[in-house]
Amino acid sequence: MADHTAHSHGTMGQLMIGFALAAILTIIPFYLIMAEVDLPRTTLIAWIMGLGAVQIIVHLVFFLHVNKSAEEGWTLSATIFSVVILVIVLAGSLWVMHNMNENMMPMHEMDQQIEQMKSLQSQQG
Amino acid sequence: MSTVTSSAGKSIVEPLADEPMHHARPTSGHETDHQHHSPTPIGFWIYLMSDCIIFGALFATYAVLGYSYAGGPAPIDLFEPGFVAMETALLLFSSVTFGLAMLQADKQKVDGALMWLGVTALFGIGFIAMEVYEFNHLIHLGAGPDRSAFLSAFFALVGTHGLHVTFGLVWLFTLMAQIKMHGLIPANMQRLGTLSMFWHFLDLIWIGVFSFVYLVRLV
Repeated sequence: MADHTAHSHGTMGQLMIGFALAAILTIIPFYLIMAEVDLPRTTLIAWIMGLGAVQIIVHLVFFLHVNKSAEEGWTLSATIFSVVILVIVLAGSLWVMHNMNENMMPMHEMDQQIEQMKSLQSQQG
Repeated sequence: MSTVTSSAGKSIVEPLADEPMHHARPTSGHETDHQHHSPTPIGFWIYLMSDCIIFGALFATYAVLGYSYAGGPAPIDLFEPGFVAMETALLLFSSVTFGLAMLQADKQKVDGALMWLGVTALFGIGFIAMEVYEFNHLIHLGAGPDRSAFLSAFFALVGTHGLHVTFGLVWLFTLMAQIKMHGLIPANMQRLGTLSMFWHFLDLIWIGVFSFVYLVRLV
């Protein structure tokens, strides 16, 4: 019983470990930007996003107490399900919109096309 | 905790009208099982996950429209990393103080719990005040939500998070009043546990905001 309760509300130790990890994982990305660390752009972005993802997991484990046993595993199942949905929504949106931007005719080309169409029509008429 | 609840709860639970309903179980041994068999935590967790998907849609909007400036200001002209760091610190501290309040409540210490909840509220108010200041500042600069698709997406996402925190604060004050009036009865413990999930969840969403909305765009 005591063990179960420790899982649902946590202990002082869990809270402090969570706080320490969250603080470190917050300070590093802010340091990277504020100290203007000289790294390639993509490396910096990867670090910031990666540390953010790790911090989200830290919050889930140490603050929200998501684990295999909480609510007979339903908490974890619901969480994994929503992560799947999130990946589909985010990756899908970016993919679809990127594809559309690639295949759209750039504005100035479209204007040229319209001009050509108009001159063709006036020749015929 | 369960032993404390059963001894403190037994006398109080019976006359209490607003004790949440559970499945039809005999009242004997009800209190000890109460924390584990109530459908509220998992139900609220499913609400939070659906909320998470709303935020996911707003993040996706920001990802798609975040580079459409319409000739207006870009993130590098508007965002101040030091300011965001301060907001992040306030929210993280408020998460930890809420955790401390939960630990006090688990020990049935009303004063300690109320004290830490009060500190949590102060951090929360500080966060909202900073966000209102930032929005006001941006609108004064002519960088309001009507300026460009980037700014519309920014205000929609960060504003939705801010609204959640505001409602969390309303809930927090209501619950503090309830605890003052009725003490840490099982019903209030359940409410506290639910609000705790909500509050930590909002801090979790903020990780996405400061990483993806602010920092990545300042590289």
